[in-house]
Amino acid sequence: MNIHEYQAKELFEKYGVPTPKGKVANNAAEARAIAEELGGSNVVVKAQVHAGGRGKGTFKNGFKGGVHLVNSAAEAGDIAEKMIGQVLVTHQTGEEGKLVNKVLIAQSVDIAKEYYLAILMDRDSRGPVIVASTEGGVNIEEVAEHTPEKILNEKIHPLLGLQAYQTRKLAAKLGFQGDQAKAFGKLLGALYKLFISCDCSMVEVNPLVLTPDGQVLALDAKFNFDDNALYRHPEIEAMRDPSEEDPREVEASKYGLNYIGLDGNIACLVNGAGLAMATMDIIKYCGGEPANFLDVGGGASKEQVTNAFKIILGDPNVKGILVNIFGGIMDCNVIAEGIVAASKEVGLSLPLVVRLEGNNVEAGKKTLAESGLNLISGDNLADAADKVVKAIAA
Amino acid sequence: MAILVDENTKVLIQGITGSFGGRHAQLSLDYGTQVVAGVTPGKGGQKFADRVPIYDTVAEAAAETGATVSAIFVPPPFAADAILEGVDAGLDLVVCITEGIPVIDMMKVRAAMAGSKTRLIGPNCPGLVTPGRGEKSHGGCRIGIAPGYIHKRGSVGVVSRSGTLTYEAVWQLTQLGLGQSTCVGIGGDPINGTSHLDCLKMFNDDPETEAIIMIGEIGGSAEEEAAAWAKEHCKKPIAGFIAGATAPPGRRMGHAGAIISGGKGTAEAKKEALRDAGILVAETPSDMGATLVKALG
Repeated sequence: MNIHEYQAKELFEKYGVPTPKGKVANNAAEARAIAEELGGSNVVVKAQVHAGGRGKGTFKNGFKGGVHLVNSAAEAGDIAEKMIGQVLVTHQTGEEGKLVNKVLIAQSVDIAKEYYLAILMDRDSRGPVIVASTEGGVNIEEVAEHTPEKILNEKIHPLLGLQAYQTRKLAAKLGFQGDQAKAFGKLLGALYKLFISCDCSMVEVNPLVLTPDGQVLALDAKFNFDDNALYRHPEIEAMRDPSEEDPREVEASKYGLNYIGLDGNIACLVNGAGLAMATMDIIKYCGGEPANFLDVGGGASKEQVTNAFKIILGDPNVKGILVNIFGGIMDCNVIAEGIVAASKEVGLSLPLVVRLEGNNVEAGKKTLAESGLNLISGDNLADAADKVVKAIAA
Repeated sequence: MAILVDENTKVLIQGITGSFGGRHAQLSLDYGTQVVAGVTPGKGGQKFADRVPIYDTVAEAAAETGATVSAIFVPPPFAADAILEGVDAGLDLVVCITEGIPVIDMMKVRAAMAGSKTRLIGPNCPGLVTPGRGEKSHGGCRIGIAPGYIHKRGSVGVVSRSGTLTYEAVWQLTQLGLGQSTCVGIGGDPINGTSHLDCLKMFNDDPETEAIIMIGEIGGSAEEEAAAWAKEHCKKPIAGFIAGATAPPGRRMGHAGAIISGGKGTAEAKKEALRDAGILVAETPSDMGATLVKALG
C-alpha cells in the first residue's frame, strides 16, 4: 500500500523526522490560508497523486507542472485552483493521468546539497537495510547501475536494531560533519523508528537535503507498507486512497480475491497464486495475451467464482476466459456447479474454456457438459490455453 | 527414507480446534498420518475427533506424545508466537501453513531461531508430503493442506514456493507413473524458514531421491542461489519451472514474495540461472513432469 506525500509528512511529524513545514489543502481558500500561515513567500504548491515526475507533468487542462514555487498566499490559491479537480499526466501515470484532489502547501527550503536515504526490508539478509548516497534528487537505480560505489548499504540486525556506530559510519561516509552529523543521526534514528513501528516494507527519502544553515531535512518521501501488517495499523489503513487504485482491484479485494489488471484480452480465473501466474504464462506461450492475474484462493467457492466472473467481465478488453482449477481438496463437481451457476447469473456470452483437475473431476466434467452452456473443456493446462487462444481468434 | 518426515513421524497440530486446522488434521488422519496431538491454549484435556488428545502447550504435547513435528494453523497475529513455541519445545520441524504474517514478525522469528535445532518450513505454504505405500499413497505423512491422493510413493523430490502449482507438478508425475520421495512447499513469503537450496541439499543426500523438480517464481534470488549450488554439487538430475514470465514489475502477484523490484527477480533471469546450472527448464507449467522425464535421460 502507498500513501500521499502529505500523509508521509504527517507521519514524519508524528515520529520526529525533520521535514519542511506544510499542510494539505482541499481547495484554493485552504491553500491561501496555509500559505499565509507559512509566511506567504517562498512556498511550494504540490499536486497530490501517487506518481513520480509531478514537476515535469502537464494537466489535461493545459496547465504545466504539478509542483510550483510561489511568492504570495494569493498566488498559492490561484495555483491550487488550477490543480484541484484536474487530471495530471506524468511519465509514471500513463496517458490517462491521475485526478488531483488535494495539494500540499509547504515551505520551500534552500538547498546546499541533496542526498538519498532509504530503509527497506531486505529478503536476502532477512532484515532491514539502510541505503544511502551522496547522489540525491535523481533516479537512484541509475546511480546504482552507473556508479555503484556511490551507494552505501548498511545492514541492520533484526533484533538489535539500528546501532549508534552505524549512524556515525553513514554520516561520515556521506560527508556530514559536526552538528550536521548530529542532525543526520537524529533524522535517521527517527526514520528507523517510523520504519519499524509502522511495518513499512520501504521508506525512501529522495531527496534528503542539507540546508545552507546546517539543517538536515526530508524533502520528499515514498512509503510502502507491508499489507500483511495493516491489521495492526488502522491509522495507516485509513490513509488508503482507493481513487489511486484500479477500481477492479479494489472491488476484488472486497471478496477476498486477488486480482491484478493487465493489458491483454484473455481473462483467467485460477486457484492459487503460483498456478495463476503460470496460467498467464501459458496463455502468452500459446500466442495470447493475459488480461489479468486472478487468484480465487486455494479452495474455490461458488460465490467466489461468481464474483470473479463479474470482475473479469468488467474489463471491456476481455474476449475470452480461461478457468483453471486444480481442485485438490475441494470436490471438482462443486466447482463445476459454481462455474455453471455463475455463468448463468452473469449471462456469459464470451468463449469460456474450463480446465478442471483433481478430486471427483469426472462428475465435474459431466456437470459442465450437461449444463447447456457453450463452454469448451480443456483436457490439460496446455490444451485449455491453446483452445482459449484459438477461440478468440475465431 | 525420503526427507524430513516419513510414515513414522509423529505430528502435532497447533490450532487443531479451528475450522481450517481441524479440517486438515482430519484429512491427515484419513491419509494415515500419525497425528498424535493437538494444541489449543485453554482447551487442554479435550479430544479432537474422539481420539487425538489436545494440550494447552506445545511442550506438554510433545513430552506426552513424542511428537517431533508441528503444523501451525493459527491466525496471522498469533503465528509468530506459535512458531517460537514450537522452537522452544525443541521440535525437529515446524511447518507454518498460516498466510498473511507480517514480514517484521518473520524477521524476528528467523533471527530468534539462530542456533536452534528446529527447522521451519513456510510460512504461507501448503506443507509437505512423504507419500505412503498404500492405495493412492495412503499411509504417508501429510503435513499441511496438500491433497494426499494425488501423490505416489517413489523417487522424485519436489520443492516449490507455490501450493496448487506443486499439486500440478505432483499430479503430472503421478500420471506419468513417477512417484515422489517427498514434496515440499516452502511458501510464498519473502522471509521463510527453508529455502530451495536447503531442500536441494537434503534431496541430494537422500538415497531414495533420484531426481528433483524445483519450482520457483518471480521475486528474490532463492532460485538462483539454489541453481548455483546445484551446478557444483548436485549429483541428481533436476527439472525446473519458473512462474511469472508475464507478471508486471512492481506488483505483488498474490504471494507476498512474488514481486519484481528494481528489475531484479524476473522469470527470465531465473530461468537463465537454472539453465546455466544444467537444469532442464520446462517451457510451460503443463510439461513439468515431461521435462523431468527428459532430465532422467
